[in-house]
Amino acid sequence: MKSLKVLVGDKMPIYFQSKDIVLPGDLLAEGDYKAGTGTFKEDSKIYSAVIGLFEIRGKILRVISLEGTYIPRPNDVVIGKIVDVSATNWKVEIRAPYLANLPAANYFDKPIDPLKSDIRRYLNVGDIIVAKVVSFNRAQDPLLTTKERGLGKLRGGRIIEMSPTKIPRLIGRKGSMVNMIKEETGCRITVGQNGRVWVSCKTPEYEELIEKVIRKIELEAHTSGLTDRVRELIRKEKERLKK
Amino acid sequence: MKFIKHEIPQKLITEDGLRTDGRRFHELRPIKLEVGILKRADGSAYIEQGRNKIMVAVYGPRELHPRHLALPDKALLRCFYRMASFSVEDRKSPAPSRREIELSKVIREALEPAIFLERFPKTAIDVFIEVLQADGGTRCASITSAALALADAGIPMRDLVSAVAVGKVDGHIVLDINDLEDKYGEGDMPTAMMPRKKEVTLIQLDGQWSIEEFKQGFELALKGCEQIYQLQREALKKRYIEIREQAAKEMGENAENT
Repeated sequence: MKSLKVLVGDKMPIYFQSKDIVLPGDLLAEGDYKAGTGTFKEDSKIYSAVIGLFEIRGKILRVISLEGTYIPRPNDVVIGKIVDVSATNWKVEIRAPYLANLPAANYFDKPIDPLKSDIRRYLNVGDIIVAKVVSFNRAQDPLLTTKERGLGKLRGGRIIEMSPTKIPRLIGRKGSMVNMIKEETGCRITVGQNGRVWVSCKTPEYEELIEKVIRKIELEAHTSGLTDRVRELIRKEKERLKK
Repeated sequence: MKFIKHEIPQKLITEDGLRTDGRRFHELRPIKLEVGILKRADGSAYIEQGRNKIMVAVYGPRELHPRHLALPDKALLRCFYRMASFSVEDRKSPAPSRREIELSKVIREALEPAIFLERFPKTAIDVFIEVLQADGGTRCASITSAALALADAGIPMRDLVSAVAVGKVDGHIVLDINDLEDKYGEGDMPTAMMPRKKEVTLIQLDGQWSIEEFKQGFELALKGCEQIYQLQREALKKRYIEIREQAAKEMGENAENT
């Protein structure tokens, strides 16, 4: 791919176009820009830090990574698995390098007395939950809450894991992709930013269909016109299922 | 593949200036690079450089065990360089040798400056290097492909790391020495660098070199790394560009059907 030199003003060149594939160490731009995610700045030059798609948002330059593990951010909705229970706290595995905490106070509406009630009765080891990340920083492990609509324990259905960096593509602009999949298949879908997708359909065949769809999105995340191709795939598969 | 007999050649360089494998002084061996070859690793790469065959898998950033090794301010980079027992002529004992442990250390130190370790405190990034077939210059080939595997794992980096060994063979300074030149030559100098700013992250040297020879060798290593860097970039991009082209084709087909 040829790198394009786009001149903005006199001394603020950008060397790539939006959606170009860039590599670690690629010089993206020079001048008064802000280094967004996936980039870094060295004496007023902005470089890419990861392999990904270049994106210009006004003065903020970003690289949307194509690979990588999940790193929690506040307000992310994640799907996690309970791995440990103490008197007032659950430990939750969320596919990040850090175990998350769900304090009992962030699960119950009313305060509970740990001496009188065992919180295992509500969530036990192995249970799957949808939760929201409240906070996370380098001093403290991620903190979760389930006190919002749509959060809490998941029952039935199945979990499909995919690359967390490709979740935005599965959701689509303002949820366009995932809503299209829901409409076409009639399944219930919950997407976790940590690369876990919960699906519950009328038949297991449909759940397998969604897995196929997810694999396609994962593979082709960096291409355009993906929603149309996915719709095409779902319709073809539905035809096949009817026979 | 041409098979080279296991006899010590009389001369490592012929009268018309060719090396044991027919290369010129400043020529690299043929290099094949592949990225994303292992499905279960977070990142992976494979390199064939001459008769070297090396596979690299990267995991992480992930939870570090044992916990007490964790660094409060940055990720711990761990490298494991290992030679398969069938990788060399006489069977190598599978137990980690002194040499393997040392190479793991120098490779780690060659990769460390390129990675933004401070972005993942308390975690571990593991790099497993398996030498399947060795033909001289394995530490350099390992660094070259480990850099690719790290990039494939989506780990933020300042730059890729490219590496090549130059050697002194029959009085000549030559690029990318093979096993014979390594064993029977007069010296070798493995060099690794981040090509963008030409920052050297590994330089070792043995044998007796004059200052002039060293300078000449270093210049040659710079050029070699630059060539390898271009191959690394191509290998990283290739996969994504292929998928893009395929997707464009599928769109065309779908449009025809409707």
